[in-house]
Amino acid sequence: MTLHTAETAPLVSVRGLSKTFDLSAPLLNRAIERKPRQYLRAVDGLNIDIPRGKTFSLVGESGCGKSTVAKLVVGLHAATAGEIRFDGTDLTALPAAARGDFRKRIQMIFQDPYASLNPRWRVRDIIAEPLRSFGITQSRDEERAEVGRLLEMVGLSARDGEKFPHEFSGGQRQRISIARAISSRPEFLVCDEPTSALDVSVQSQVLNLMRNLQDELGLTYLFISHDLAVVDFMSDYVGVMYLGRLVEAGPADKIFSAPEHPYTRLLMDTVPDIDMGRRDRVPVVGEVPNPITPPPGCSFNPRCPLANAHCREQSPDLVARHSGTVVACHAVTEGRAPVAPAVGSDSGERMELQRGVA
Amino acid sequence: MTFQTTPLLSVRDLSICFDTRHGPLRAVDGITFDLAPGEILGMVGESGAGKSLTGTAITGLLERPGRIDRGEIHFEGQRIDTLSAEAMRRLRGRKIGAIFQDPLTSLNPLMTVGQQLIQTIRTHLKLDQAAARKRAIDFLGEVGIPAPEARVDQYPHQFSGGMRQRVVIALALCAEPSLVIADEPTTALDVSIQAQILDLLKRMCREHGAAVILVTHDMGVIAETADRVAVMYSGRVVEIGPVDKVVRDPHHPYTRGLMQSIPRVGSNAHRLTQIDGAMPRLTDLPTGCAFHPRCPRAVAECKTTRPAALPVEGGHVACHLYQGEPA
Repeated sequence: MTLHTAETAPLVSVRGLSKTFDLSAPLLNRAIERKPRQYLRAVDGLNIDIPRGKTFSLVGESGCGKSTVAKLVVGLHAATAGEIRFDGTDLTALPAAARGDFRKRIQMIFQDPYASLNPRWRVRDIIAEPLRSFGITQSRDEERAEVGRLLEMVGLSARDGEKFPHEFSGGQRQRISIARAISSRPEFLVCDEPTSALDVSVQSQVLNLMRNLQDELGLTYLFISHDLAVVDFMSDYVGVMYLGRLVEAGPADKIFSAPEHPYTRLLMDTVPDIDMGRRDRVPVVGEVPNPITPPPGCSFNPRCPLANAHCREQSPDLVARHSGTVVACHAVTEGRAPVAPAVGSDSGERMELQRGVA
Repeated sequence: MTFQTTPLLSVRDLSICFDTRHGPLRAVDGITFDLAPGEILGMVGESGAGKSLTGTAITGLLERPGRIDRGEIHFEGQRIDTLSAEAMRRLRGRKIGAIFQDPLTSLNPLMTVGQQLIQTIRTHLKLDQAAARKRAIDFLGEVGIPAPEARVDQYPHQFSGGMRQRVVIALALCAEPSLVIADEPTTALDVSIQAQILDLLKRMCREHGAAVILVTHDMGVIAETADRVAVMYSGRVVEIGPVDKVVRDPHHPYTRGLMQSIPRVGSNAHRLTQIDGAMPRLTDLPTGCAFHPRCPRAVAECKTTRPAALPVEGGHVACHLYQGEPA
């Protein structure tokens, strides 16, 4: 089920990663109200490989577990099961004290640049904190020069270091977050919706900056987003998540040109299409089910136009397809799914699929 | 798509200003547009462009220190920007409905969905309790809420995000208004739900004959939903015209840059086109055209003179590049 084709081992390799949150009421309440314990499986047996210098994107709707994966990978949550191998070392097995070295090599960019920068700190201190705590710079002069260099790398000026975060716009703040993230010279950046709080014209600046930095510094990205167009632009590999599981994953061009899983195709079809203009599409019915009580069988079956008795009973496993992707869908493996049309073409079969839903 | 009838809503030279310690800040600066009955007008722009404020001013919900300092708003032939708060309250809900971004905060958590609908219906229409309740249930069914007879007595927290936004749409339309202001109605929702809600909004407004001002930052939503679009930048409308024209063949350099900077599925671009810089703050607006510091085609005139909106191919564009062209 490996997605990489390169001979070198992937920089990040996630195997059977699961995270269960305990949502139970306090013990006394459970005893009085006779309620059972309640668990939420936010991430359920996730396998991904990210080759060095590439971008792997996780895409899905809110509640599908993509941000939980980001937090698991950087160590902000402890995994319930599974392993996260970074450059050959399983991070989940490491004691906290031994993680220090890896913290330097793994950094994160957060969604909200208004909440992720300390408003009382000057920008130079924000960016210098990783330099100090990891002991990268030895003297004040060296630190000042390094902060200036980082600011210029992200398209700001060295003089901006004297200012406070409130003096910057959203896009500039996100540049500051990026400068902070790359200051410890990491190899791997986890980016959780880095542009969804930004306006479109600023989003394109930040996305271009992230790609330039990847080329210059050889960074590897785990990119989390709900925006398919942004994911298509950024990614080498894509994984589509639904209720904590990967439903389809593989090289981005394959997923975008010939999506196979009905959920991936639903997502592709619901992206508002600027070029096609007005159209009266047949929208998909239903919403993401409550993750505490997922439906039996394939969790997508209540919304799926292709669901049959098999789908309602047994959860499908990821199966490798000859195109180099993996898909978890009984209809696809059993040949019940109509052939996927390329994105942008308005083939009759795609309409057929959507009508089946409504 | 041209509408030959008299406009339902006519906004003339509207300016909104905020009085601050450092003097007045003009957030909306002289915008003019008409809306025909049943038409869907999209208002698009970056945060701070003044699109939401324009909607707020039309609904009469502008709060201090914001105030309309110039211009007029005419609705169904009547000037409404000078109406008393009480007269405006009667108009709002009855004739002008509003849909806001966050469906959770726009519903009262302490009242059932039915109570809220019935209250709105009975405030504006002469119906007794039983008839109002029946109308509430009909509307919930119409906006696609399953088992409306049962769900009418539930509280907002018992509904999902998409279902709540359906309730908000029912609330906005239950008094049969002729104008609905929808401010980012799908921004808080997931993409698959967004498509459902946009579809519902379009269908409901078509069936009930309501015109819509759809405020959003998402050009994709506009392209799929609106008849015409007004592009706002720094409190001004820089371009307004039929959606097909503005999306396929934008004139204003800002609209062009905006359209090109939107990533698209299947484009295979290695770099996105970007507009450098950011929208100026209201405290230091540049002279002349507000876009000139970021404009790749700016000429000397742009720095000194503010361009007027002149007709260009079915729409209006405020840019010196098009000032010489015959309409």
